[in-house]
Amino acid sequence: MAIHPSSHDVAERVERRWAILVLAIVVVLVGMVVYTGVHWAMMPPSRVETVRPETLHVSGEFIESNLGSAPEADGSVTVRIVAQQYSFTPQCLVVPAGVPVTFRATSSDVVHGFLITDTNINSMLEPGYVSTFKTTFDKPGDHLMPCHEYCGTGHQNMWAHVKVVDRAEFMQMADKMPANSRRLSCVQ
Amino acid sequence: MFNSKRLVLAHFWLAFIAFGVALLLGAWQMLVRSPLHPWLQNPELYYRSVTEHGTVMGYAFPTLIAMGFGYAVSELALKRPLVGLRFAWLGFWLVAIGAVTATVPVAMGLASVLYTFYPPMIGNVFYYVGVVFVVVGSWVWVALMSVNLASWKRENRGKPIPLAMFATVAGAYLWGWTAVGAAIEVLFMILPVAIGWKTTIDAGLARVFFSWTLHAIVYFWLMPAYIAYYTIIPRAIGGRLYSDAMARISFILFLVVSMPIGIHHLFADPQVGSGFKFMHSVFTTLVAVPTLLTVFTICASVEIAARLRGGRGPLGWIKALPWDNPMMLALAFSFVMLGFGGAGGLINMSYQLDSTVHNTQWVTGHFHLIFGGAIVIMYFVIAYDLWPHLTGRALQSVKLMRWQLWLWFIGMIVLTFPWHFVGILGMPRRMAFYDYNDPALAAQALSVVISVVGGLILVVSAVLFFIVLIRGHRAPLVQPEAFRFSRAVHEPRTLPVALNSFALWLVLMIGLTLVNYGYPIAQLLARSDTAVPAVPIGAQR
Repeated sequence: MAIHPSSHDVAERVERRWAILVLAIVVVLVGMVVYTGVHWAMMPPSRVETVRPETLHVSGEFIESNLGSAPEADGSVTVRIVAQQYSFTPQCLVVPAGVPVTFRATSSDVVHGFLITDTNINSMLEPGYVSTFKTTFDKPGDHLMPCHEYCGTGHQNMWAHVKVVDRAEFMQMADKMPANSRRLSCVQ
Repeated sequence: MFNSKRLVLAHFWLAFIAFGVALLLGAWQMLVRSPLHPWLQNPELYYRSVTEHGTVMGYAFPTLIAMGFGYAVSELALKRPLVGLRFAWLGFWLVAIGAVTATVPVAMGLASVLYTFYPPMIGNVFYYVGVVFVVVGSWVWVALMSVNLASWKRENRGKPIPLAMFATVAGAYLWGWTAVGAAIEVLFMILPVAIGWKTTIDAGLARVFFSWTLHAIVYFWLMPAYIAYYTIIPRAIGGRLYSDAMARISFILFLVVSMPIGIHHLFADPQVGSGFKFMHSVFTTLVAVPTLLTVFTICASVEIAARLRGGRGPLGWIKALPWDNPMMLALAFSFVMLGFGGAGGLINMSYQLDSTVHNTQWVTGHFHLIFGGAIVIMYFVIAYDLWPHLTGRALQSVKLMRWQLWLWFIGMIVLTFPWHFVGILGMPRRMAFYDYNDPALAAQALSVVISVVGGLILVVSAVLFFIVLIRGHRAPLVQPEAFRFSRAVHEPRTLPVALNSFALWLVLMIGLTLVNYGYPIAQLLARSDTAVPAVPIGAQR
């Protein structure tokens, strides 16, 4: 191939065009992240909130009797979960479909995490910090909820279940809650 | 010239032996967690294996390759003997001793913390000490690369630094600074607990420090592969490098933007606010720029080779490429895997999509495709290219090389594509076994079995790789022609200071890291209520 004098200019022009295309790709990607973040309100957990893992079970919102699904006055539901080696409390969650749900969760020992299969729910759980996020389940169904961060040699046993039920059914269950329990779960 | 043959060979052999062992562990892991194998009686064995596999493949293997290749480049590109040969051997022994020191407690089941060692899980102190030795050994190399460049510059004022050396030093600085995050975590947070001086640790802050290292370490692994793309491949296939300046810009961009993006590993974490998560997401898109520039420049260089061989037409030239040349094959395979892996990476970095795949098998599939696939296949190529110059004997098994590269490529695709797929189905990573009898998991069984086959193909490929190298050591002595790096179409005669030195870029690298990490770290350091009790691993609870 003969390299004639103007080849340098040609090369530069082609390079410049490619660089512009690359920057355009970057701008589009960032734009998509911003758009979905604002438009669908899909943002990662935003505030840093701490909690003492040593005293979770004695006082505060993460005592055992307060774990599970709590119907709130505004019609939404708050789900509180504690993870420990090698289980979640409660091991079976029951939540209504079509209702805003706020998760509040933490760990009492090491780093855990969970996802709920067939949904976009996915969070780390770290001792000392509270993970908070909001979601709405679109339809009734059963899901698995595995721990997804290595938490020790029993990690493979750490699976919980999530039962999404019809809103009316959930409210019925809430009304029939036994007097001695404050929160709903499907732990048998 | 070339006084460091034994040094480079020692690095490569130790690297590949460690790689071979870790690869077998990896294949065993694939098998035992699949439906083909009954549940492990002792799942703890699995986590020992994962810890060793990750520690070797993440820390020892690529570090040794980068070091060995760096020493070779320093002599070959600067055309002068390596300064500080004795220190280089010291660095080598530090890495070797560190690797053994870390392996012993892992093998004994005293440090099954995995290579990410997230506190408050704490393993045996010798595991961390071993990792520190590996890193300190590699820092000796960072210093030597800098010293060798400086001493060359003193004698060659104003001349362009040879591209291969420029890129190698960029990689060295990148590693030197990115290792600082994990070093702070290990030295100031974990070791005091592992030794027994402290009983509490901030789990969230430790993850922030680790993320500083965890992402950019991938670019450190990637550097030798990119250096091979730019400075070996065009020469090996009979072409020219399209643009020397673009190559330098790509390496500079890696240096500057690969650190301040690590928080994209923490999108789902509670200890970092969403503002900084967004910022790191944006910077992560920027790091796609040097890769896209590289893809362009290398494809253009390959086209030059094809047209020099008589290739015609807008795409017809592809036929004219030397497809029987292992270097050409490896480059094509590497680019295909880089393409798929890179597309997966863009999904991981946008935090809405990340929430679908975070910590699932998708992520394991992603980094095996990028590192094990696109990068490691270039490590093979580097070995094939350098071996005759290191041993003075020709590598004659060209057909075997082609088989080896084909099998590595096929094996990696068969391994990682199903892995990505089960990740989307929600299969969590890092588990010793799964209950495939559960109807919700039964559908994943077939994909997992296919992955096992991919793992076995990789083992076969590695066996061929060792046969090629060992045959090379037994071949008759020859006088290899002088080593050459690729020449650019327009070789630079002078370069602007910005493309021929690092000071400005190092300031930017450190500055950007401090801007993007300063507040999240300071915020957590300032709080007094974040330390939690450490949880020893391996001890009876």
